[in-house]
Amino acid sequence: MKDVCKPKGHAHECDCGKECLKVEGDRAVIDLSLSPAQPMHYTTLNCVMRKAMRRGCSSIELKGVMGQRYLASTASAPDLYIAVHGTPGNDLGAFLNGPTIEVFGNAQDMTGNTMNSGRIIVHGNAWDVTGLAARGGQILVKGDTGYRVGIHMKEFGGSRPTMVIGGTAKDYLGEYMAGGTILVLGLGGGAPVGRSLGAGMHGGRIFVRGTVGLEQLGPGAAIVPLSPDDEKEVRGLLGEFENAFGAEVPGEMSEYVKVAPSSSRPFSGYYDKTNV
Amino acid sequence: MSETPPTKRLDHRLPERFLPIVNYDLCRVCRRCVNDCSYQALEFRESKVVASGGCVACGRCIAICPANCIEIRPVPPQFAPHGNWSERSRRSILAQASSGGVLLSSCGADDEHPAIFDDLLLDAAQVTNPSIDPLREPVETVTYLGRRPGRLEVCDGKVMVREDDTPLIRMDMPLMFGHISLGSISYNAQQALFMAAKELNIVAGSGEGGLHPDFYQYADHICSEVASGRFGIKPEYLKEVAAVEIKIGQGAKPGHGGHLPGEKVTTMISETRMIPRGTDALSPYPHHDIYSIEDLAQLISVLKESTEYRLPVGVKIAAVHNVGAIASGIVRAGADFLTVDGFKGGTGAAPRVIRDHAGLPVEVAIAAVDRRLTQEGLRNRVTVCAGGGIRSSADMIKALALGADVVMVSTSAMVAMGCRVCQQCHRGLCSWGIATQRDDLTSRLDPNVAAARIVRLFRAWNEELKEVLGAMGIDAVESLVGNRDRLRYRGPNPKIAEVMNVKHIGEGWG
Repeated sequence: MKDVCKPKGHAHECDCGKECLKVEGDRAVIDLSLSPAQPMHYTTLNCVMRKAMRRGCSSIELKGVMGQRYLASTASAPDLYIAVHGTPGNDLGAFLNGPTIEVFGNAQDMTGNTMNSGRIIVHGNAWDVTGLAARGGQILVKGDTGYRVGIHMKEFGGSRPTMVIGGTAKDYLGEYMAGGTILVLGLGGGAPVGRSLGAGMHGGRIFVRGTVGLEQLGPGAAIVPLSPDDEKEVRGLLGEFENAFGAEVPGEMSEYVKVAPSSSRPFSGYYDKTNV
Repeated sequence: MSETPPTKRLDHRLPERFLPIVNYDLCRVCRRCVNDCSYQALEFRESKVVASGGCVACGRCIAICPANCIEIRPVPPQFAPHGNWSERSRRSILAQASSGGVLLSSCGADDEHPAIFDDLLLDAAQVTNPSIDPLREPVETVTYLGRRPGRLEVCDGKVMVREDDTPLIRMDMPLMFGHISLGSISYNAQQALFMAAKELNIVAGSGEGGLHPDFYQYADHICSEVASGRFGIKPEYLKEVAAVEIKIGQGAKPGHGGHLPGEKVTTMISETRMIPRGTDALSPYPHHDIYSIEDLAQLISVLKESTEYRLPVGVKIAAVHNVGAIASGIVRAGADFLTVDGFKGGTGAAPRVIRDHAGLPVEVAIAAVDRRLTQEGLRNRVTVCAGGGIRSSADMIKALALGADVVMVSTSAMVAMGCRVCQQCHRGLCSWGIATQRDDLTSRLDPNVAAARIVRLFRAWNEELKEVLGAMGIDAVESLVGNRDRLRYRGPNPKIAEVMNVKHIGEGWG
């Protein structure tokens, strides 16, 4: 049972988390350790974050995050910067539409779920289903990622989601992928990707530094050579990764493998439309 | 001695199913039928209109003919009669032996499973509980969609709701339009549905195709859908509508994903769905972030956070054999309303094997869900919507009495617009301009005319609902919901009555 309530049908200005919120100019700091309820409930934290956003803050710093979920979902201010210290919970930045979120720690599952635009930078690991159905924006992960990452990413017009994983990704990376770019660097050693890579993909591209065995490919995925445009895109992403984390990145293009869909119409010829 | 083998190569061409017949005594040779037939089943040859094959009985030519001189005849059986090997079974085998493909169809399951609705009889009031004349006395059909609060709290003179409670949506009748995406139907058809929903003050589903910018004017009457493909989802798609529904499954194809073929992904569809033009729009079979009730609870919660608890979040599932337990999990996961889509529900395209053979009739599913939620003390907190093959106000009334708060209709609204249920939606050639993206065909459907027809149909259904409520002596539709004592079963299998907790005909109260 939560101890907060708000008037029905009114703007949601309430007392939620007021102890934790400090606003100076257009910079907000939310220190979760000051909350009388410990750990702070995610509804309270989201409520106080929305309050800071409504006040037009251009930066929100969260301190002491302990697994609170759904942070910054549908946040839409394009110039907003959110710094997360601690460990955010699942669905960080779901439906994100513009802001930049930087996590100084690990992220949990479903980071950037269905994001439209914006950036999520994780100075650690980001686990399962990161970037599900993203159709724009960028996710940079310094460390490793879990299973089913980048599933059903898509692209449209000038909006193309990109994801760079500094470490490794597990099975089903880029499953059902319909657009966008995933780059896996495998910097910590070990196999960069798992099995069923790009299973059912019908758009987009996956670049992997290291080797990809044919047995690792899922149905619908194929290994193809990098074009000059691909190399340009990889170099651009490497530059962004380097800027975000200050890490050295290997720029030798011969080390990269490209995985692409074997067809954009996987179901053509699959169905019989006879009027029986 | 054996026969000489035929020299001609067999192509195993299937016999025609329907034949348009033109009465040449009446035909004015205006050729409108030829021009209007999007299946090219009529042609103009040697100064007269003749059938050229491929007729699907969509009925467009009949409706358009100014001389009223066309009729469509089902072609009589062309196969040797056999009690087990039906004509369709043999046609299917011949087709698949030629194509090697998965048989695709559309609309709802069309084989002759009898509807349980037809085996249910309604009760009426006599002597001890007087009936009501709905034309002279008020009979309430207003229905609320969403989670019922357990209690209200008053704080500083204002009614407060707990953080996890979302508001209810008021609808003028216990009816909503199901989710039909832009893509599976045309712009004009979807606009007609939204206009009608606004006029009727009910809710229409957006389907999983995003929402066209022109349709935000109807947003107060739209329930947007979050399905496994996550197409067209952006903040306003979640925030500006009346409700959000997570689609787990569809009655016509339980367990199956959606698949909009690249041919239908026109520029408009690609912009609304936010996918490249001409690529297949695939909705994965499962949601890849939902492998458990706990995962579903997370998606419900993130949608509630995203919409700041200002609108109800529902979950739609296909009616499957364990539907009661699944519904219980969905309510516990925080869904404000629950939609159960029955076996006979429609679709724009589904593999025939799933459409015709998988799922549970909605009548049984409603009763199972209602009973399970009641047993677990959850039924009064949630709105149960149900649909899938609702053909008439009688079906609607029986669904309410079995335990649904709201009945979801789609195909009936299509038929009101002009659809003849010819089951060719997946071909994108709909001659009525409904299930197509071809500009010349969609322009045949005037959204204003279509919306007016839909409004008239469902106003009439609502009047029929009031008539029945009045005849039962009930003055508000809420008192009919789950009132299975006002139903009796007269069908062939008393076990069905038992699982639905409906008495058999002849069984009274005492």
